[in-house]
Amino acid sequence: MPPRKIVLRFPPQVVDKPLIYHLVKDYELMVNVLKANVNPYKEGFMVMELVGEPDKYEQGLNFLKEQGIRIDYLSEDIVRNIDRCTHCGACTSICPSGALYVSRPSMEVIFEDEKCVVCGVCLKTCPVKAIEVNFNGKQ
Amino acid sequence: MGVKRTYAEINEKIKSGKVVVVTAEEIIKMVEEKSVEEVAKEVDVVTTGTFGPMCSSGAFFNFGHSKPRIKMHRVWMNGVPAYTGVAAVDAYLGVNELPEYDPLNSNHPGEFRYGGGHVIEDLVAGKTIKFEATGYGTDCYPRRKIDTYISLNDVNEAFLFNPRNAYQNYNVAVNLSNKTIYTYMGTLKANLGNAHYCSAGQLSPLLNDPYYKTIGIGTRIFLGGGVGYVAWNGTQHSPCGARGENGVPLGGAGTLAVTGDLKQMKPQWLRGTSFLGYGATLTVGVGVPIPILNEEMLRFTAVKDEDIFATIVDYSYDYPNATGKTLGSVSYAQLKAGTVELNGKEIPTAPLSSYIKAREIAETLKKWILEGDFLLGEPVLTLPSADSGITLKGLQEKQAP
Ligand code: SF4
Ligand code: SF4
Repeated sequence: MPPRKIVLRFPPQVVDKPLIYHLVKDYELMVNVLKANVNPYKEGFMVMELVGEPDKYEQGLNFLKEQGIRIDYLSEDIVRNIDRCTHCGACTSICPSGALYVSRPSMEVIFEDEKCVVCGVCLKTCPVKAIEVNFNGKQ
Repeated sequence: MGVKRTYAEINEKIKSGKVVVVTAEEIIKMVEEKSVEEVAKEVDVVTTGTFGPMCSSGAFFNFGHSKPRIKMHRVWMNGVPAYTGVAAVDAYLGVNELPEYDPLNSNHPGEFRYGGGHVIEDLVAGKTIKFEATGYGTDCYPRRKIDTYISLNDVNEAFLFNPRNAYQNYNVAVNLSNKTIYTYMGTLKANLGNAHYCSAGQLSPLLNDPYYKTIGIGTRIFLGGGVGYVAWNGTQHSPCGARGENGVPLGGAGTLAVTGDLKQMKPQWLRGTSFLGYGATLTVGVGVPIPILNEEMLRFTAVKDEDIFATIVDYSYDYPNATGKTLGSVSYAQLKAGTVELNGKEIPTAPLSSYIKAREIAETLKKWILEGDFLLGEPVLTLPSADSGITLKGLQEKQAP
């Protein structure tokens, strides 16, 4: 099974648990953490590549879900509707990964989806709802 | 004494296609390359623009009379209530208005996904909206209820009337507390996590005519993608605060009340807007042409971001409690560069007002004037200025007299 990027979103009480340790030890999965952060809503999130045997992979994901963690696949989930975007910039100081930023001196707002970690913060922050979610591939 | 121009002379040049128009951004470069005197001789009009959330906005409607007639006591447009305390089938829809079913901030921060501003955007986009009205029944207006669908073409009048737009300058908002706050200045991260500002700076209309020498009642403007007019000074117009040597106010000062026919406006310049945890509003495009009547006006329009300062205010305590405390001042050049320093901390900045759209507005207005379609409106009365003695009053809590 090819490595798949997944996004984990977890409530504050799970933040301290040794999740990666369990994925590696109990489910024999290879984990490559690409990004980890805590967003302004105090929600932790982590983007990782996960490789392993299909059975164990499923079990590993189930284990994560039992911990109250939400799992989404990272497959160009977040899109910016360029027609709606006003380039106001309100999202740029909120985006934790630098995927949304102001290009200077033009002051145009750029969205670099490779940097996006699908934390979802911009969805609610964008005042004109120019950020959209592509629900395909969501679990 | 240098160059002198009148509105009539400029309008003659517009009609004969000889007018010279540049944007408030272009004029800066010109003045850097040539003297003020030379540029003043050359340029007739400087165009400005701003595109930001402007909460004090809304539209008046006359829906037409139904058969039988109804005196509309309550009106809902796509579920958003409109104010009906005017004649039978007239109403005013405010852009902050929300449907009664909106959860507001009960699950904080609320999303405020659809409000009066969104209804206006939908109408201007040519959409049909649900219209509901109730009445209490009178001898002349017997009907008690009507449910129908309307579009902008179906109503008699629809004109934007925004009591306060185009703020001359504005606060820079930060958050000194240790939790994220949700404000009309956007989401402000804890412990000075970010700084939000909301002005087009050197392109902004009232920063290019700081004493309102050419802006007043009757000034023809770009409004929401169409043509509009300055109707009055805006609410909270406060021209007597501190100003820099260049005359530019150091904080929020002048404002404009503007109006225009909604039927000729464009949805991309009137955008329904939602501020997480705060409410719904409308992002409005406004552009004002500034006639270069003399060298003084040219000097004003050549103002640049380095010379325009905004005041930093804490929105976790000082703003909500109206303490009047400020944390310092910073230029738009610094704000636009991406970080400002406060309390020894580098804080990332972000705008709420779109600079590239402001530029597009100034360019569009320039094009309209060059094409001869847009004549300057000479104000019948200019706005109260720094010598007016106006002071901003707070609301006092008093005993019954
Ligand atoms: S979802 Fe939005 S805020 Fe989060 S990383 Fe992607 S672009 Fe940035
Ligand atoms: S907040 Fe929305 S409209 Fe503003 S720049 Fe970001 S994506 Fe564009």
